[in-house]
Amino acid sequence: MDHHAYIVGAYEHPTRKAPDKSVAQLHAESAKGALEDAGLRLEDVDGYLCAGDAPGLGPLNMIDYIGINPRFVDSTDTGGSSYLVHVAHAAQAIAAGRCDVALITLAGRPRSEGSSGLLPRNWGENLPDAPFEAPFTFVTVNAYAMAAMRHRYEFGTTLEQMAWVKVAASHHAQHNPHAMLPQVVTVQDVMESPMISDPLRRLDCCVVSDGGGALVVTRPEIAHSLKRPLVRVIGAGEAVKGPAGGYFDLTFSAGRWSGQRAFEAAGVKPADIQYASIYDSFTITVIMQLEDLGFCAKGEGGRFVSDGNLISGVGKLPCNTDGGGLCNNHPANRGGITKVIEAVRQLRGEAHPAVQVPNCQLALAHGTGGTLSGRHAGASLIMERL
Amino acid sequence: MTSNEQRAIPYTAPRILGDQAAFWEAAKEGRFLIRRCLDCARTHWFPRSLCPFCMGETAWEQASGRGEIYTYSITRKALPQPFVIAIVTLDEGPRMMTHIVDCDPESVRIGQKVALVFKASEGDGPPLPMFKPVNISS
Repeated sequence: MDHHAYIVGAYEHPTRKAPDKSVAQLHAESAKGALEDAGLRLEDVDGYLCAGDAPGLGPLNMIDYIGINPRFVDSTDTGGSSYLVHVAHAAQAIAAGRCDVALITLAGRPRSEGSSGLLPRNWGENLPDAPFEAPFTFVTVNAYAMAAMRHRYEFGTTLEQMAWVKVAASHHAQHNPHAMLPQVVTVQDVMESPMISDPLRRLDCCVVSDGGGALVVTRPEIAHSLKRPLVRVIGAGEAVKGPAGGYFDLTFSAGRWSGQRAFEAAGVKPADIQYASIYDSFTITVIMQLEDLGFCAKGEGGRFVSDGNLISGVGKLPCNTDGGGLCNNHPANRGGITKVIEAVRQLRGEAHPAVQVPNCQLALAHGTGGTLSGRHAGASLIMERL
Repeated sequence: MTSNEQRAIPYTAPRILGDQAAFWEAAKEGRFLIRRCLDCARTHWFPRSLCPFCMGETAWEQASGRGEIYTYSITRKALPQPFVIAIVTLDEGPRMMTHIVDCDPESVRIGQKVALVFKASEGDGPPLPMFKPVNISS
């Protein structure tokens, strides 16, 4: 008997700038897209999951707005990795008989609202760490920059190697009509872009885009009754890593722990993976996560990504074939759901023909949420096509 | 020296939380405190009343204010002037977030020895713990 959950609906909202839409509207439009993709109806939904990008109290407001009556609810918030965690939690709920059809939504308008990785974010007044960090203008970009700086110091990772991550993303984005940055760039283009926070230049940073996405997860019997290619979740892992009382190592992320858990559950190895969606908030994020997930040894990530190794049809590990957060989309400043969506496209054979991995049967999606030098979560999913 | 640039940053006053108030009171007197566990004897950062390693009770002690730069970044676009955000490994063990000040930002390196210097925050706020390189060659 098949105990796995299946991803039967995946939808990425086409907008990248939505000044005249509301966040709740983008959630609902994304939900509609994912249900239509699955061939399911609104009344079929009996599980709902969302994170902190949803307005108000999340599920309370969105369940009412979308118009569903779920018997399973989860609003785990691990930043941009939340939606990978949601797939895992939905799969657990389905296996436990808590729901049959789980809907996951994300949406946000950071572009229209003037968000930036250089602006301090207010997480409330009771954060115990904030008095010792916020006065130093600890923002998203320098959080990742400090991890990059240490990685360079310990392993000799070069700026050119980091630039290759962006170059690969741009090669994929040229085929995506919805990509925010569809033009191909070179290593030199990245190197000549302005320094934002050493060693991260502008083109090392992901886009700020409005948008949304949704996923539908269901039980095997329902998945088999639908007309879509079968994509099932065979392994998942989640982990949280922080400054740990002041004794921490910034050269690895929580992905070291979440990835190991996902691979163990799936019973496969990194070398078996044919396509990988790797969270690309910044170029350094990809390099560190590839190491942490075991695609190469710690410290070898820079060499691994060089010379087009992440470009579909060129390198050994096609990665972020939609253009990723670096070139395509980073809705709500949270890129986890688009990572799952592109992996589903690849497994279904529905990626753009120019970037489609031939006969893609095994894929990984990995997210990092929060800030790499601060508190962050890693979430890994391994999916296969039947 | 570019310390004038550094001093021009308007540092936001930290919010004073109950279990951390003594840290800021001491900072106003120029004393730099950390917490040590009364059970397992380990130091930690940032200060907590219960040890994050064993949940033992902790107590304040004065730290040396000496350390070494673990990592840093010159952030060039977040404020009108560049600043050097850093993580410093204290001689007492834990790492903490800070700024490197009173030096040319371009001269900052991982592994540099640094010493504590308190810098004022806005309004009536307490001073903030920052670090400057020791053995500055100019």
